[in-house]
Amino acid sequence: MPKSLSSGAGQQPHDHLLHRLHDLQSRFLHIPPLEIAPLATELDLPVSQVESVIDFYSFFHRSPRGRFDILFSNCTSCGGLTLMQQLCGLLGVQPGVTRADGMVSIDQTSCVGMCDQGAAVLVNGRTLVRLTAAQLPHLAQLVNTATPLDEWPADWFAVQDNIRHAGLLLNDTLSAGDGLRAAVQAGADQLLAEIRQASLRGRGGAGFPTAMKWQFCRDATAPEHYVVCNADEGEPGTFKDRVLLHSYAQQVFEGMALCAYVIKAQHGFLYLRGEYRYLVPSLEATLDAMRTANLLGENILNQPGFNFDISIVLGAGAYICGEESALLESLEQKRGVPRVRPPFPVTHGYLGQPTVVDNVETLVAAVHIAVHGGEWFRAHGTAQSAGSKVFSVSGDCTAPGIYEYPFGISVQDLLEACGGQDAQAVQIGGPSGTLIGRAEFGRKLAFEDLATGGSIMIYSAQRDLLAVVRNFTHFFAHESCGFCTPCRVGTPLLRKYLDKIASGHGTVYDREEMARLGKLVKRRSHCGLGQTAANPLLDLLAKFPQVYAERLLHQDYEPFFNLDAALTTTRELTHRDDAEAHLS
Amino acid sequence: MSKIRIATTSLAGCFGCHMSFLDMDERLVGLLEYVEFDRSPLTDIKHCQPCDIGLVEGGLCNAENVHVLREFRQQCKILIAVGACAINGGVPAMRNHYTVQECLEEAYLNGVGVDNPMIPSDPELPLLLSKVHPLHEVVRVDYYLPGCPPSGDAFFTILSDLLAGKEPSLPKAMLHYD
Ligand SMILES: Cc1cc2nc3c(=O)[nH]c(=O)nc-3n(C[C@H](O)[C@H](O)[C@H](O)COP(=O)(O)O)c2cc1C
Ligand code: SF4
Ligand code: SF4
Ligand code: FES
Repeated sequence: MPKSLSSGAGQQPHDHLLHRLHDLQSRFLHIPPLEIAPLATELDLPVSQVESVIDFYSFFHRSPRGRFDILFSNCTSCGGLTLMQQLCGLLGVQPGVTRADGMVSIDQTSCVGMCDQGAAVLVNGRTLVRLTAAQLPHLAQLVNTATPLDEWPADWFAVQDNIRHAGLLLNDTLSAGDGLRAAVQAGADQLLAEIRQASLRGRGGAGFPTAMKWQFCRDATAPEHYVVCNADEGEPGTFKDRVLLHSYAQQVFEGMALCAYVIKAQHGFLYLRGEYRYLVPSLEATLDAMRTANLLGENILNQPGFNFDISIVLGAGAYICGEESALLESLEQKRGVPRVRPPFPVTHGYLGQPTVVDNVETLVAAVHIAVHGGEWFRAHGTAQSAGSKVFSVSGDCTAPGIYEYPFGISVQDLLEACGGQDAQAVQIGGPSGTLIGRAEFGRKLAFEDLATGGSIMIYSAQRDLLAVVRNFTHFFAHESCGFCTPCRVGTPLLRKYLDKIASGHGTVYDREEMARLGKLVKRRSHCGLGQTAANPLLDLLAKFPQVYAERLLHQDYEPFFNLDAALTTTRELTHRDDAEAHLS
Repeated sequence: MSKIRIATTSLAGCFGCHMSFLDMDERLVGLLEYVEFDRSPLTDIKHCQPCDIGLVEGGLCNAENVHVLREFRQQCKILIAVGACAINGGVPAMRNHYTVQECLEEAYLNGVGVDNPMIPSDPELPLLLSKVHPLHEVVRVDYYLPGCPPSGDAFFTILSDLLAGKEPSLPKAMLHYD
C-alpha cells in the first residue's frame, strides 16, 4: 500500500518524492548518490523506487548539469535547434555535455508548451520565450558572467496569453465562487444532471462523457474519493491549458471543487507539468485567495461537511504522465508507467481509491455549466460535441495563439482566422492525432470528425513534411516509458527507418517494412502512446506518398550503415589495409 | 520432382539454433524426402550454390560474416533470419555498449592472464565491425524465425509451410516464451 501524502492537503506537499528530487536537482545540479538512501528512509520508500524515479524523469540527472542548464524545445512549431547550435558555439559546449568549468549545459527537450511564442527554452526550469538569434550573444554573456536569472531582462520571461478569439469560456464574466454558489444552491444531484444535460465530454482528447465519469466515481463506495486535474499538457503543439492556468486558474480550481462536491472528495491534486513550474506561485496565490473566501477548505460556502482542498504536484519532464493512469502512478511517487485497465481510475485510482481525472479545460467548462445550465452549453457545438473548444494554434500562420470556437468549425475557417491559409498540411491533435492535407481542410473539428485535444500545427508549402514526421517519431521514441516491448523496441525502430529514408538511403523495402512495423506497434502497444506513435508516418504515407517516393533509392536494398566505415577502427588498431580489410 | 535445396550457416551465433534445428528429430527423415542440403554444417560444402531457402543463424560481428551473408542472399531465393542473434544482434550485440577498441583492448591487452599483449593483425583474421548488427541491416531478409533458439517445432512449421507453398505463419504458442 503506497504511503499517502501529508493529508493536510492544501500545502504544496513538500514530502512528495518529485518535489524533493526537484529540490536536490536545483541545489546540487544533479541527484547526489549519497542523498538517495537518506531520502528514501525519510519518505519511507524503497531505495529502488527512488532510484527508478530518478532515472525515469528527464529533469533529474545522475551527473551534474551546468549552473545554467539550458534546454531548447525541439518541436516543429518553434523548435530552435539552429539557435541551440549557435549558442553551443558561443559558449563552447557540446549538446548534452556540461562545460568543464561547470558553468553551463545545453540540451534539447520535448515541446515546452510555448509553441505560439518560440523559440522557447528552459533555463534552470524557468521559461524563456521568443528567443531570437540576435539575443544569443547577450545570453551567452549573462551565462559567462554568472548573472543570476533574476537579473536577466524580465521581458525574456514574459509569457503571453495570445488569446486571439474568445468564445463561451474565455469571454468570461464569472466572478470567483459563482459556480460553487450555483452548485450548492441546486445540490449535487442537480449539478450532475446539468453536466449530463450539457453533454460535456472530456477535453483531454478522448472525449469521454464527463457526467458518466463523475457518476461512476460517485457510485463507487470507498473510504476516500479524489479529484485530479490533468495539467500535464505534454502533447506537442498544445498550450491552451497553460493559458487557462495562467488567466483562469480560479475556474480550474472551482471546477475541481464542483467535481469534489459531486463525488464527495476531500482532496484534489493539480498535476502540473514540470515545464509550467513558473506558474506555481500564481496558482498557490489563487488557492490561498480561495481558502480565504471559503471556496476551499472546511465547510465550503457554509455547507456543513463540504470539505475540500487542493495540492499541486509538479511533474518532471515525462509526456507519458499525461496518460491518466501513469499520472496516478506519478502522484503515488512512482515511475509514470500506465496501469493495466480495467479497473479504471473511477473505481481504483489514486491509492486505489475512486478518482476522477479530468483535463483543465473540462473543469473550466463544468463551472460555466453550473452557472448557466446544461441547455445553454448544449446549444453550442454539434450533435456529438457540445459547447466550444479552445484550440492551440501554432506553426506557419500570421497569428499563432489561442482560438476558442464552437465545436464543428472547419479547419479551413480556423486557418482563415489565424492567417494560415497557405498551409499544405495541418497536424490536428498533435503528433498522436491526424495529419491532413488541403483536400481535407473542409473537415470539421469535432469528436464526430476530427477529434483533438486542441493542438493545431500548421505547415506551409516550404516545410519538409518528412522532417516534421521524423520529429514526431523521434518524440515518441524518446517519450516511450519502456514498459511494453512493441513500443519500447518498435518506436526506436520506426525512428531508424525514417532516419534512413530521410537521409536518402531508404528503398521501397524500407518503406514497406516501416509501414508493417508501424501497424504492429499500433495494434500491440499497451497504452495510447504506442497506439498512436506510428500515426504521423502512416498518415504521411497515405496522404503524401510522394514525400517518401522522392527520397527513395531505386534499388532493391541498401544497408543501414556504411560497411567499410564500420571497419575503420579495427583497420587502425591492426594497421591493416589489405583487400580483406575493406568492405564495398 | 527435384528436391528443395536448403543452405544453413552460423555467423555471430552459438550454433544453438542449429542444435535446435536437429530437434526436429525423426521429422528430419521425412523432410529429407523433399529437401536436400547445400552449404551447412551437415555437408561441409564451403560455398553455397543456388538454393531455394537459406537459414542464417547469428548476427554480423565481422567482415567475413558480411561476405557469407551476401553470398547467401545472392544464392537463396528465400532468406530467413533465424533466432534472436540474427534478428536483433542478440548476445554478441551486448558488446555494443562498448567501443570495439575497448573490447579488443580488454581481450588482447588488459585482460586477466594475457601474456605477450598485442592486438592480432594477421590478415587471416576477419576484422571486427565497430558494432554487431542484425542481418536485415545489411541485406534484405524475407522471413524472421524468432526464439533463442526457435524450437524444433518452429523450424518444422516454417519449413512445412514454405514446402506447401504457403505464407509461413507460426501459431501464438510457438511465439510465447514464458
Ligand atoms: C500518452 C497520453 C498522453 C496524454 N496526455 C494528456 C494530457 O497531457 N492532458 C490531458 O488532459 N489528457 C491527456 N491524456 C488523456 C488522459 O489519459 C485522460 O483521458 C484525460 O485526462 C481525461 O480527462 P478528460 O475526460 O477531461 O478529457 C493523455 C493520454 C495519453 C494516452
Ligand atoms: S505503449 Fe509505450 S508508453 Fe505505453 S506502456 Fe507501452 S512502452 Fe509505455
Ligand atoms: S539465437 Fe540463441 S541459440 Fe540462436 S545463435 Fe543466438 S544465442 Fe545461440
Ligand atoms: S514549445 Fe515549441 S511547439 Fe510547443
